[in-house]
Parts: sequence; structure tokens; C-alpha cells
Amino acid sequence: MRSTVSSCGLQLAARVACLLLLTLAGAVSVSLPAKALIELDITQGNIEPLPIALPDFGASGSDPKLASDMIAVITADLKRSGLFKPLDPASFIQKNMDVNTTPRFGDWRTIGAQALVSGTVSKQADGRLRAEFRLWDVFASEQMLGQQFFTTPENWRRLAHIISDAIYERLTGEKGYFDTRIVFIDESGPKDKRVKKLAIMDQDGANVRYLTRGDDLVLTPRFSPTSQEITYMSYSGADPSVYLLNIETGQREIVGNFPGMTFAPRFSPDGQSVVMSLQQGGNANIFKMDLRSRQTTRLTNTAAIDTSPSYAPDGSKIVFESDRGGSQQLYVMDANGGNAQRISFGPGRYSTPVWSPRGDLIAFTKMHQGRFMIGVMKPDGKGERILTEGYHNEGPAWAPNGRVLVFFRDTPGANGGPQVWTVDLTGYNEQRVSTPAFGSDPSWSPLIN
Amino acid sequence: MVGVSEMARGVKMFAAVAMVMVLAACAQTKPELAGGGAGGNVTPGTGQDFVVNVGDRIYFEEDQSTLTSQARATLDKQVQWLNRYSQYTVTVEGHADERGTRQYNLALGARRGNAARDYLVAQGVSASRIKTISYGKERPVAVCNDDSCWSQNRRAVTVLNNATN
Repeated sequence: MRSTVSSCGLQLAARVACLLLLTLAGAVSVSLPAKALIELDITQGNIEPLPIALPDFGASGSDPKLASDMIAVITADLKRSGLFKPLDPASFIQKNMDVNTTPRFGDWRTIGAQALVSGTVSKQADGRLRAEFRLWDVFASEQMLGQQFFTTPENWRRLAHIISDAIYERLTGEKGYFDTRIVFIDESGPKDKRVKKLAIMDQDGANVRYLTRGDDLVLTPRFSPTSQEITYMSYSGADPSVYLLNIETGQREIVGNFPGMTFAPRFSPDGQSVVMSLQQGGNANIFKMDLRSRQTTRLTNTAAIDTSPSYAPDGSKIVFESDRGGSQQLYVMDANGGNAQRISFGPGRYSTPVWSPRGDLIAFTKMHQGRFMIGVMKPDGKGERILTEGYHNEGPAWAPNGRVLVFFRDTPGANGGPQVWTVDLTGYNEQRVSTPAFGSDPSWSPLIN
Repeated sequence: MVGVSEMARGVKMFAAVAMVMVLAACAQTKPELAGGGAGGNVTPGTGQDFVVNVGDRIYFEEDQSTLTSQARATLDKQVQWLNRYSQYTVTVEGHADERGTRQYNLALGARRGNAARDYLVAQGVSASRIKTISYGKERPVAVCNDDSCWSQNRRAVTVLNNATN
């Protein structure tokens, strides 16, 4: 057993006790038939989910309540991804799995499991939580992954998400996105008297926390890619303006000193700048503010509405929407503002572009004939695909691994309201994210650890 | 600031009455106050006078910010009234309907508010008396699911900042 990783993000050190991660290597010896390991190809749409057995982390002196709570979170994570089919525990033949014993693979093959997770979780004498798990390839009769964690008990939910991420990454080859959070706008009250609050939750809808009280209208929060900060728009001052909020300290500041409404903010990939629109008379143009030097730079200068800027992950380009050609369309320009090229040419209007963290795609809202769609296209405008379509879908944001999009879906009429949904990049596996009231303008955090 | 926003709300209530008279179509808009007919009991020079006898709001076509002839007629009456009662400053609120995306609608609402402001200034109201703000699609007044409501939400509302009644 060797210590490999301390998954303690610097920026989180103040809030979250360090999670100590150890790799379990060779603690269980298994004789291996030479067989290919499980591979989950997730590049195609509508794949057959992988059958996975997730028995209770029950054995070896586990805390029974904690064990079943944790496996429930892991099971829900993997199921919601659409890539895994957790098997019914009632079908399990081998009971009381011990994390330190080789599973009876035949028993798991019989019920159709391809992957198997065994684990244990307990409270130690020093008060810390100790959890370990192993991921098994049932057909190869082989351990794929083994890890051990120590953390504080209140971190149990995060720990479950970290284990989900490890399983997801080992089986798909892609980074997970379960140990993440979503910032969004909580909406309550009737449609013509909506109260909007800034709120944050785990990506599965747990642990909702309110960051504003609802006194002022707040809109479009966006996560920093590098720190525990969000940028958003608030009506708390004389002009509606873009603000920064540190979600750990609660410290808030206005971004820049602009003569008019600023809106549609987003961080640069290095987290050091905020790009946004400034309203000047009937026109909106795009500006950048360097958060360290406080210097502001104008990036567009048109008699049009230029808004919703979003950087490419390498920081070299910005995609935005503009009606300079007569209707809302998507444009890509250099990060310093030059060389804008229109990239959207389909029927309808295009809005709210957002560049994938992988760089390969741009997601957007598309409006056509009274329908509101979420779609993706390549940065050159080719390969447009609509992922979901209906009365009103708006405002996509990417999961940090660039495989899943979160957006909001509104429903019509006096009693209608927005809800937060996710959809896979392939257009399959739409899932609603449960929120306490109506929810809109979701934005995904980077991976926390 | 609190006083101002409460006042704005009061003015909006009168506005609801005015709208029922103009647009008898929308079932969602209930008359909450008896306005006294066509300004019968309204004191001249008050916020109620402005809303009931002048008209505090203009409407726009879908995704447009150009002033219709009806909008210009309302703004002409606002100019006359504001020139007579020069103690008032105003905030022109620009709004969009909900059939658009949030950020664009903020800019569209601003464009509408600005179009109304520019017209008021061109017709002789001092620019120093007028402030504008956009609410985008955040403050609908009618909530049904067709254009009878959306058309009421595509508006610019001239709100008196220091009206007493």
C-alpha cells in the first residue's frame, strides 16, 4: 500500500478538510485469465449502459448507516450518467462482500454484472472517516482500481462523489464530474412577482445553499474555472451591474466602474479576467476587465447587441452572439476583439454560446418557429446537432469534462416556471436536477479536487 | 431608494387600471383600483393623472425597438405633461417578452427604453430628467401563454420618480 495523492485543492483548504487518498495496490492477490478489460465507449449516442453491481459497503466493521448512504449516492451518480446500469441488490448471490477478499466472480457473472465495486467505510477512533473500495472487472476476474480515503465525517457525501468519479474515469477513460457543484438562480413566487436568489448545490441537487436573500434581482451566475468565486449580475446598485462573489468568504465586489448596465459576465479560462457586455444607449458591446490590474478593454464596437461572450479554453478566441447582421447569430473573434467571423447559418436565431472546456464544441440556445432548442456545433460552425428541443430550453453550461450540459427548461403559462435539466452531449439521457423551487441559469463548477 | 421603488409599484397598480381600459382582452389583468372613470376624480399633476390620463407605457412589435405611431402619440402626451409638471424626474423602464434569451432581452429592453428616452428628449424633455433601466424579460405584467400577454410585456414604462400620489 502506498500513498499517492492528496486530493486537497489549495483553494478549498480553508473549507474542506483534506481528503487523504491512498492507492490499494496488491492487497488482494488474484490469478488472472488473460482477457481484455471492460471498456465503455462513450463516443456514440444511446449506448447500452454497463451493468455494474454496487453492493452495500457493509463488511469489515462498516458503519451500516453511512455505508448504505454512501453506496446510495454512488449508485445514483452512476445511474444518472446514463452510462451505467446499477443492478438490483436483490439479485446478488454473494452477500456480505469483504473488501479484502477476492469476489466469487462466477456469482457476479451469473447475474450479468460486468463491473463490481466492493468497499467499506468506518469511523476511526480519532473521529475520522476511513473508506476504501475496489473496482473489479468481473469477466477478467481482475481488480481494476483500489483506493483508500481518510476524511472528516461531514465530508461523506463528497467522498461518495469522489469514488463515483474514480469509477467513472477508470471505466470510461474520461474525467468524472460528480464531485462538482452547480450555481443557479432559485426562483420563487408568482411569475409577475418572481423572487430570485443566488444559490449553489452539489451536482446531484443535494446541499442547496443560498448566497443572496432575494432582496435584489440577480441573474446569470458563472463559476470561476480556477477559484471559489462566481461572477453574476445584480440589480442592487444604481445600474444593474456585474459583480464578483467569493462563495467561501461571502465577500462581494462590483466588477469595474462602467457608465451603464453591465451584464452577461463570464470568466476567462485562467480566471484572471471577466468578459461581459456594457449597454451604451441602444447598443451593447463586449468589454474585458483584468481582475488584477483593473484595466478594462473594449473588444467590440458596433451599433448592435453584442453579448454572451465565452472564451475558448486556450484563451485565444471568444464566441459571442450579435444581431449586427439583422438577427441574433453566433460569431467567433480573436481574444483581443479582432477578426469576428459569423459561424451560425441555420434557420432561426442563435444565442447564449458557450465553449466546451475540451475546446471541440460550442453549445448554444437556438430559437426557431416558437421552439427553443439546445444544440452544439464545432467552432467553425460545422456539424450542428440539436440535443433537446421544446417550448423553452435555454442557457446551456458544460460539465467540466465537456460530456454533459446543464440548462434550464421553462414551462408556459401563469403557473409555469424554469427547472434545471442535464443532457448528454450525444442528446440522450435527459435528467432533471431537483431544486427546492424553480431554478434557472445553471453554471457548473470545475472539478473541486 | 425604498420609497422610490414602493412608489413605482403604486404607479404600476394604476397602470393596471389604465391597461384594462385600453386592452379589454387580457383576462389576467384585474382592475385592482377604481380609477374614477376617464380621470373623473383624478387630481391633475399626480402620478395617477399621468397613468390614467396620459398613459405611462408604450408597446413594441416582436424583437423590435422602433416606435409605432401609437407609441409616439403616447410619448407626445407624456412630453406635454412632463413639460407642464416639471418637478418630476422619470425612469424609463424597458422590457421584453419571455420568448427570448435572457442576456439578449436585457439589451433589447435597454434598446426600447432608450428609444422612448430619445424621443422624449427630442420632443423637449430635458435629458437630465430621464434615467433608463432595462429589466429584460424579468418583469412581465401579463403571464398567459400567447401574444395577448407577450404583447403587453414588450413595453417601455415611464415611471415618475418623485410622484406623491
